[in-house]
Amino acid sequence: MARTGTWLLMLPGLLWLGLLMVVPCLLVFVLIFFERGIYGGIDWQAPTLENVTRVFDPLYLSIFWDSAVIAGLSTLVALFIGYPAAYAIAKAPASRQTALLFLAILPFWTNYLIRTYAWIVLLNPAGLINTLLIWTGLRSEPLTLLYTKPAVVLGLVYSYTPFVILAIYSALQRLDPSYAEASRDLGAGAFQTFLRITLPLTAPGVAAGAVFVFVLSIGNFVMPNLLGGGKFQMVGNLIYDQFLSARDWPFGAALSALLIALMMLLLFAQAIASLRARGDHART
Amino acid sequence: MKFRTLLAAAAGAVMLVSGTTAALAEKLVISNWDGYMPKDMAEKFKAATGIDLEIAVHATNEEIMGKVTASGGEGYDVLFVSSPFAEALNNLGLLAPIDHTKILNLANLYPEANELKHDPGNTFSVPYTWGTTGLCYRSDMVKTAPTSWNDLLSPTDDLKGKITMLSTDRWLMAAGFLADGLSVNTTDQADLDKVRDQLIAAKRNLLAYDDTTFYSKLVSGEAKMVQAWDGWCNYGITDKPEIKYVIAKEGSDLWVDTMVITKASKNPEAAAKFIDFVLNAENGKWVVENIMYKSPNKAGMEAVDKSLFEKYPNMAITPAELLKYEQLRDLGNGMKAFSKTVSEVMAAK
Repeated sequence: MARTGTWLLMLPGLLWLGLLMVVPCLLVFVLIFFERGIYGGIDWQAPTLENVTRVFDPLYLSIFWDSAVIAGLSTLVALFIGYPAAYAIAKAPASRQTALLFLAILPFWTNYLIRTYAWIVLLNPAGLINTLLIWTGLRSEPLTLLYTKPAVVLGLVYSYTPFVILAIYSALQRLDPSYAEASRDLGAGAFQTFLRITLPLTAPGVAAGAVFVFVLSIGNFVMPNLLGGGKFQMVGNLIYDQFLSARDWPFGAALSALLIALMMLLLFAQAIASLRARGDHART
Repeated sequence: MKFRTLLAAAAGAVMLVSGTTAALAEKLVISNWDGYMPKDMAEKFKAATGIDLEIAVHATNEEIMGKVTASGGEGYDVLFVSSPFAEALNNLGLLAPIDHTKILNLANLYPEANELKHDPGNTFSVPYTWGTTGLCYRSDMVKTAPTSWNDLLSPTDDLKGKITMLSTDRWLMAAGFLADGLSVNTTDQADLDKVRDQLIAAKRNLLAYDDTTFYSKLVSGEAKMVQAWDGWCNYGITDKPEIKYVIAKEGSDLWVDTMVITKASKNPEAAAKFIDFVLNAENGKWVVENIMYKSPNKAGMEAVDKSLFEKYPNMAITPAELLKYEQLRDLGNGMKAFSKTVSEVMAAK
């Protein structure tokens, strides 16, 4: 009886996952083994492995690599901004924490595209930042800020740092303060306590936040277009172009499958790591 | 069992509803770019013919192409697409033939509009707008007025970082093809490689790839010269008269946006009536005055106030001159090599 109840309660969630996630992924997977028709569309007549080998062409691998570098950089910066912020929120008086967390996720209440356009307004040669730099005499000529790789990274960091803050905050919340107290009692300084007690114990939160930022960044195709001026191709753009411009759905599907596989691998590794950390924690 | 009865009931209800609406009134579904026809088109068409118009919008050819190929055209009656896409849709067997006896306003078109290479005799598509792709620049910010595609691909020092190129792959590559005197439909590997290297070199001097806001970058002075469709350059000229448009001496492509009827259309008669309505002189005039594109509609072009052609000189080009330029065609099997080359350009640093 209890089991049927569980299944019934899970049914909407499972249907959602099945119809909108598993089925589309399977469709994508099936497409890989066919060829683009002469005029686009799919040639169902001739199954082939060509798309699988084509994905591993150095050209496409280099685009994967470049995307990983941009996503990795964004992840690092997001962690450096997100950890102190989460720490500050967790240490703030309990009455203020909700308000501070609310501020951290406030940007999500605004449309993603509008927020990105706001960065264009800030960064362009006649934008606020350059106007200020010239007005204060720090620069005589406007800086090239927009349509650069740092601008792409900035956009990704800006979009995804709140995820890091939330993940690390919840890890800090779960942390028993008596560990830090014990460390201090035994003579460790504040910094040493942080480095040897707090940081290792919140590592699963850091990993969760990092995987979030990395996975969301590597598939992003809006930032390279809007803040990168289309000059920095990422995997997301490549896949988008295969589906829409080249109308080569099978090859786009093959690229998507590789991206999905990479993401799954990362999420899997992160899940294992956090399980293991929880196990260690239970044993101590 | 209960679930199955429910399904059957739902299916029955759907059939009932769709059956009754079909009997009540004729209805057409159109997909067009946003702002590409008069806002009151649905009301005017309803008043003229009694047929309801439902207007969907697509942002790009690629978007509507994806939707239509996925559904086999189901759910749409008339589409506005650029000629290479009309050609591909026709090759995929998704378009209905154009019945010239039902669309009498085809007589409003220039004779040249009947000789377009992608569809001579307008058998599956009807041209709606046409024009060129060239250089749009700030005459007050460039030292010498550009005349060649090479002025864009290997710019003088003062223009470096102040240039944009179109990000839509076919036009981006066309700049290189035209500079080298090649066909805009080249798929020969050696030629592709040559143009790839030129475009990678050109990329280093670009502000951005842009096919939506390039004219506003010119207006603000962020860019000094951009690769542009003539009509979009006209938007810049409206805001800043110092902006000028030139067709490079090596030539241009002839781009044509068309109307097509889907084979899946339940109501091809009404679809033909719609195209006939769009081709009347009044709507032709609207196109020229509002989208600032040239129209293959002779009656429409002649109804336009001639002062417009003085302010926007590129509007005055004759159909005979336009027809000298090559149209972008669907690349068929050549698309794979072409799109790989585009990826190489895009991935280059």
